[in-house]
Amino acid sequence: MSTDTQAPAADQPDADETPEQKPSFMRLFGRYLTEANSVMVTIYSLLLAFFIGGILLIVSDEYVRSTYTYFFARPQDALSASWYLVRDSYIALFEGAILNLSTLERYSAGTAEFGDLLRPLSETLTYATPLIFTGLAVGLAFRAGLFNIGAQGQMIFGMLGALIVGFALDLPPVLHLPLAVIAGALAGAAFGAVPGVLKATTGAHEVISSIMLNNIAALFLVWAIGTEFLHSETKSDLITKPVDESAVMPKLLSSLGESLRVNWALIIGVAAAVFTWWLLSRSTFGFRIRAVGFNEHASATAGMRIGSTYTTTMAVAGGLAGLAGAALSLGVGSSGVTTNTALEYGFDGITVALLGRANPGGIVAAALLFGALKAGALSAQPDVPVDISTLLQAIIVLFIAAPALVKAILHLRTPRGGLVTLEAKGW
Amino acid sequence: MAVKPFKLAVAGLSAVGLAALAACGQAPSENGGDDNADASFKACMVTDSGGVDDKSFNESSWAGMEAAAEENDDIEVQVKESSSETDYDPNLQASVDDGCNFVVGVGGLMTENVNTIATANPDIPFATVDGFSEVANVYSIQFDTAQSAFLAGYVAASQTKTGKVATWGGVNIPPVTIFMDGFAEGIAKHNEDKGTNVELLGWDEEAQDGTFINTFEDAAAGKSTSDTFITQGADILFPVAGPAGIGALTAASENDAVSAIWVDTDGFESTEYGAELITSAEKGLATAVKDSVLAAYDAANGGDAISGSYVGTLANDGVSIAPFHDFDSAVSDETKAELDALTQQIIDGSLVVESPSSPKAQ
Repeated sequence: MSTDTQAPAADQPDADETPEQKPSFMRLFGRYLTEANSVMVTIYSLLLAFFIGGILLIVSDEYVRSTYTYFFARPQDALSASWYLVRDSYIALFEGAILNLSTLERYSAGTAEFGDLLRPLSETLTYATPLIFTGLAVGLAFRAGLFNIGAQGQMIFGMLGALIVGFALDLPPVLHLPLAVIAGALAGAAFGAVPGVLKATTGAHEVISSIMLNNIAALFLVWAIGTEFLHSETKSDLITKPVDESAVMPKLLSSLGESLRVNWALIIGVAAAVFTWWLLSRSTFGFRIRAVGFNEHASATAGMRIGSTYTTTMAVAGGLAGLAGAALSLGVGSSGVTTNTALEYGFDGITVALLGRANPGGIVAAALLFGALKAGALSAQPDVPVDISTLLQAIIVLFIAAPALVKAILHLRTPRGGLVTLEAKGW
Repeated sequence: MAVKPFKLAVAGLSAVGLAALAACGQAPSENGGDDNADASFKACMVTDSGGVDDKSFNESSWAGMEAAAEENDDIEVQVKESSSETDYDPNLQASVDDGCNFVVGVGGLMTENVNTIATANPDIPFATVDGFSEVANVYSIQFDTAQSAFLAGYVAASQTKTGKVATWGGVNIPPVTIFMDGFAEGIAKHNEDKGTNVELLGWDEEAQDGTFINTFEDAAAGKSTSDTFITQGADILFPVAGPAGIGALTAASENDAVSAIWVDTDGFESTEYGAELITSAEKGLATAVKDSVLAAYDAANGGDAISGSYVGTLANDGVSIAPFHDFDSAVSDETKAELDALTQQIIDGSLVVESPSSPKAQ
C-alpha cells in the first residue's frame, strides 16, 4: 500500500552542488522534510490540525473573541489572549492525556500517590483500546480492497455476544473470561461475514450493505437491551445486566490505584495487532488478501477464489471489531451496557485505519493518538470544549486523505512515485 | 520553509480579526470581571450522555447550578459532559481532582458511580439527580412526576374535542413511563368525575406498554409517530421523549386543531412552539439543584451537613403544571378550580397518584 522511500540523493541535479559530491546527511534530511512522502504528510497533517484547532479554539472562546472587537485599539490584548488560550488548552489536553503537572507537583510534595500520576496515561490507553480493534477491523479489510464501514455494527454484536456469555454462564474465571472474549469475536465475525457473503454471491457492494447493517445493529441493540433476558434487574434505565465478576477484564494496574481503568483488553489489542501483521505479511491467507486487494481479476486468473477471500476477510475483520465490543462489555462497560457504550468507536476505526495507513503498527499508534485526544479533552473540560478531540481527529483525517492539500499548503515537493493516498479498490 | 506556518498563522489570525468585524471598537478600561472567579466554594456537575444542552434534565440541572452561582457570589460552578456511561468515572474523578466542594451527578445511571467515588472521598458531599443513594455523603434528588402528569392528563381530557388524546415515549423506562402513568390516571379521573369518555392512545397503564420511538434524539421519528396519532383522531399530544418530543410540536403546528403538552420544563419558554402548548408537566429540577448547591455551601460554612434525600412533589412545589399561557382563555374557570381542588387532594394525601415507577425513597 504505502511505501516510505527516502528520496534518492541524485534525484534532481542541483545547481550549487557538484554531481560527484555526496550530499550531506543534513541535506538529505532537509530534503526529506520538505517532501510530501507519507511520513511527512502524516506529521504535517497533525501539525496543521493542531494549528487549525487553535484557530477554532480562539474563534469559539467568547472572551478572546471580545478582545478582537477592539483589535486595532489595543492589538496586544487579542494576541496575548489568543496565545494564552491556545497554549493553555493544549497544555490541558496534554495533562489529561499524558502527565498532569499539578499532580506531579503534589507527588513530589508527597501528597499524591504514584498511581495518581499514571491516571492520565491509563485513561489514554483505556480510550485507545477499542480503537485499536476497530482500526484493525477496517485496516485489514482495506488491504483486500474492501471498505468496511460496518465495524460499528460488528462491534455492537461482539459486545452483546461477550455480554451474554459474561452473565449467563457460571464458570471459573480462567474459563469464563476467555470464553466471553471468544464469544464476542465470533458474534462480530458472524455479523461481519454478512456483507462479505452478499458481495461474493450477489455482488452487493460492501459499503452499502455494511452501512445498512450498522443501522440494523444499532436498533437491534436498543431492542435487545429492553428484553427481559438482557435488561438489568435492579436499574430502571435502559441498561443491561452486569457481567459476572469472573468474566470482567482484570485491571492492569489496580495495585497502584483503583481508579486506573486500563485493563487486559489493551494487551489483547496489541496481540491482535501483532496477529494482523503476521496474517497480512507472513501467511498465505494474507498474501491472498493483498493479491485480491491489488488486482482481483489477476488474482482470479491466478486461481484464487475471490468470493471466499471477501467472505473470510470480512469475517476476520468482523471478529476484530467484535473484540472491541468484548473489550467494552467486559471492561469499562462491565457494570451494564447501554445504547451509548459503543459510542462511535466503529466509525472512529475508519479514521484510525486511515491515519495508520492500514498498517497494524500505524493503527496502534493512531489509536493511541486518538485515545489521548479523547482522554485529554474529557479531562480538560470545561476550560476546553469537549468536542475539540472529535474536531482534531476530523481535521487530521481530512489532511491525511488529501495529501495534495498538505503539499499545496506547505509547498512540499512531490516524492518519487507520486503522492501516496489510501484507497479501497472495491468500487 | 519554516516561516510558512508562521505566515499562515498571521494570515489566519488577521482573517479571524477581520471576520469578527468591529475590530476598531474601544478598548475596555479593564478586564471584565469573570464569573465568581475567586469564589471559595466550587460546585461541579457531571452530565449524563445527553450533554449540557439536551433541553431536558441536564440543561435544567445546569440552570440550577448557574442560578446558585448567580445568587451567591462566593460559589463557582463548572460542568463536565459525558458522551457515554464509560465517561462517568473519569469525569467524577476529575471533578474531585479539580478541588470541587460539591459534585452533582445527573441521571439515575450515574448513581452507582457517584456512590463509589463518594465512598472513596467521604469528606466531599455529592448529589445524584433522578437516582436514590444510601451512601451517607450522597444527597438524592428525585421527582414524583406522576403527580404533575396527572394534572396535565386532567387538563387534556377537559380540552379534547375529538375525545382522543395521545401520548408516546422515547424509551420504555420508568423516568418516561411515570409521566404516562400519571397522564393516564388524570384522564381516567376526568372521565370518572365528569362522565366523559376520553380515550388515551399510545399507553396502556395496566400492561405498562405503549408507543415508543426508541430514541430521545430523533425528532423526525417523533413527528411521524405524532402524525399517525393525529390521523387516528387525537387532537392533543403528550410526547415524553426529551428533544425528540419536538416532533410532536411540529406536527401540532401543522394542524390547527391539534395542540400539545410538554414535559420537564415549561415548553412555552424552552421551545419555539409555545403557541401549540396547553401546558407542561414540569419538574422543578433547577430549583432542587440550586437549593442543594446552596445547602452544600451553607454546610461547608458551618451549617448542617447536606444528606438524605429529596423527592419533588406537588406539596413542596418540586413538580407542577406550567401556566396555560396562550390557552388561558380556553381552559374554563371550572376546570381551573377542579385542578386546584385536585392539587389540594394530592397534597393532603386524600388522592394518591400511583405509578409503579414512582420514587421509592424516603
